[in-house]
Amino acid sequence: MERPILDFLYLVSIVFFIVGLRGLSHPESARRGNLLAAAGMILAIIITLFYPFGNTPNNYGWIAGGILVGTVIGSVAAIKVKMTKMPEMVSIFNGFGGACTMLIAITEFRTLPPGTELLSGQVFTVIFSVFIGSVAFSGSLVAYGKLDGFLRDSIRLPFPQIVNGVLLLVIIFFGGYIMMMDELNYTIVLILLGLSIIYGITFVMPIGGGDMPVVISLLNSFTGIGAAAAGLIYGNQVMIVGGILVGASGTFLTILMCEAMNRSLINVIIGGLGATTFTGGDDKDKVVKEASHGDTAILLKYSQKVLIVPGYGLAVAQAQHACHELESMLEKEGVQVRYGIHPVAGRMPGHMNVLLAEADVPYDKLLEMEEANKELPTTDVVLVIGANDVVNPAAKTDTGSPIYGMPIIDVEMAKNVIIMKRSMRTGYAGIDNPLFYGDKTKMLFGDAKDSLNKLKSEISNA
Amino acid sequence: MEIIIQFITENIVMLYILVLAIYLGMEVISKVPTVLHTPLMSGANAVSGVVIIGAIWLIRNAEPDNYFVLIIGFFGIALASINVVGGFAVTNRMLEMFKKKKKK
Repeated sequence: MERPILDFLYLVSIVFFIVGLRGLSHPESARRGNLLAAAGMILAIIITLFYPFGNTPNNYGWIAGGILVGTVIGSVAAIKVKMTKMPEMVSIFNGFGGACTMLIAITEFRTLPPGTELLSGQVFTVIFSVFIGSVAFSGSLVAYGKLDGFLRDSIRLPFPQIVNGVLLLVIIFFGGYIMMMDELNYTIVLILLGLSIIYGITFVMPIGGGDMPVVISLLNSFTGIGAAAAGLIYGNQVMIVGGILVGASGTFLTILMCEAMNRSLINVIIGGLGATTFTGGDDKDKVVKEASHGDTAILLKYSQKVLIVPGYGLAVAQAQHACHELESMLEKEGVQVRYGIHPVAGRMPGHMNVLLAEADVPYDKLLEMEEANKELPTTDVVLVIGANDVVNPAAKTDTGSPIYGMPIIDVEMAKNVIIMKRSMRTGYAGIDNPLFYGDKTKMLFGDAKDSLNKLKSEISNA
Repeated sequence: MEIIIQFITENIVMLYILVLAIYLGMEVISKVPTVLHTPLMSGANAVSGVVIIGAIWLIRNAEPDNYFVLIIGFFGIALASINVVGGFAVTNRMLEMFKKKKKK
């Protein structure tokens, strides 16, 4: 086919991306939006496969092999992954995208003809691509490790802000040095690559695990920017527009997420929430009241309004189905049951919605934080399932608390609070929760799924 | 200074695209409900796999005996495909759950 037709088709795939992303931001069109964006991607790939570059070797075997390997791994991973592991999955996928940017950018150095003028916008773009791709790659892997739990927040670097600042300056220095050289020194390029990878690690490392969703969203926008920078190298509009769309929307989404937690992006990056060691007051006069399954079942059965506040513990215990069954049982008994969803409950915004949707919980039963708070004064029982930081009143009252200022679901306004938790351990932010010692609070210890099942049988027996 | 002016002159159309796309990217996802943050992030993440095009470009233009470029390009394509295929598939799986329940 002729070039102009293919160039025009590139434009079509860009339109698919735009309409697709637009669709993804509305519930009723989200699924179609995703499929449209995917169609745009397939179209763009096919065009690139057949774009006439002149007399090129093509090497289709290598391309087919790469696509095949990636497609198999990608689709198996996507089908097999548990819904609770979604944030980890997105994080690692993102890292791979960054790795691709990094790889093609370092190869681009290799293919520069000898004697190329290095002080050029072109070379700057390549250097920038190496940097941003590497940061997105190693940063995403660290984020994955933190979410998965094998990298603990307790692994700390001394003076992270200073280390990062100095490292960034050194990277800029090497970048500038490459452009000032007469002849390209590939060793320097590799040093730049290594430093960028290290920077990605030290950038994410000090940030607390609880803030990983924000970090992943930010790294996602980095990958987008990297793709756009790589697009500048090849002068490819689809890569530029697609990359920038992701870069801009990712940054915007990151800011939205920060707003949901009432914090600024800078505060998230520098604050290092999870790395703060917080020492609460003395533990002497703190009394924890424990509830039994029987008591709780009766309390629930004879309530009029119940609000369930789910958190990551529910996801870990895979208890979303048991939770929905309990809810339907109570509804049959004439109890009004609804869910209060904190914007950052779980490991990602919207994570709880996805999980409860998986368990067929109707849409209109999910209340957002503000609505839930309005309902609370008239609510008889609040059932907190595996949530901790999002109901921690320290966020309201304790100016010394690392989560101070984050809006919470104010469960203490309700008449009774039952907290289902495995132990007294702290939540993701690693801080104590005064709610557990409150007058209205009772703790129901145990695995969320077990406890919910016990509650169900107690209710049917009672 | 010269080099900056030269870069701008050479890439003026690209810069136009860049600026407009930044604005478009922010506009396109404004007013997204919290429920959709995770699927949107995941979908956008799949779109960022568009860098695969660069990797294909790279391989198509590489000499058949330049194994350095071929192998790096191969890994680039494989990694980006995981990003693209996995990303869209996972997003679809998440969104299917919303749909299933709505029909009821």
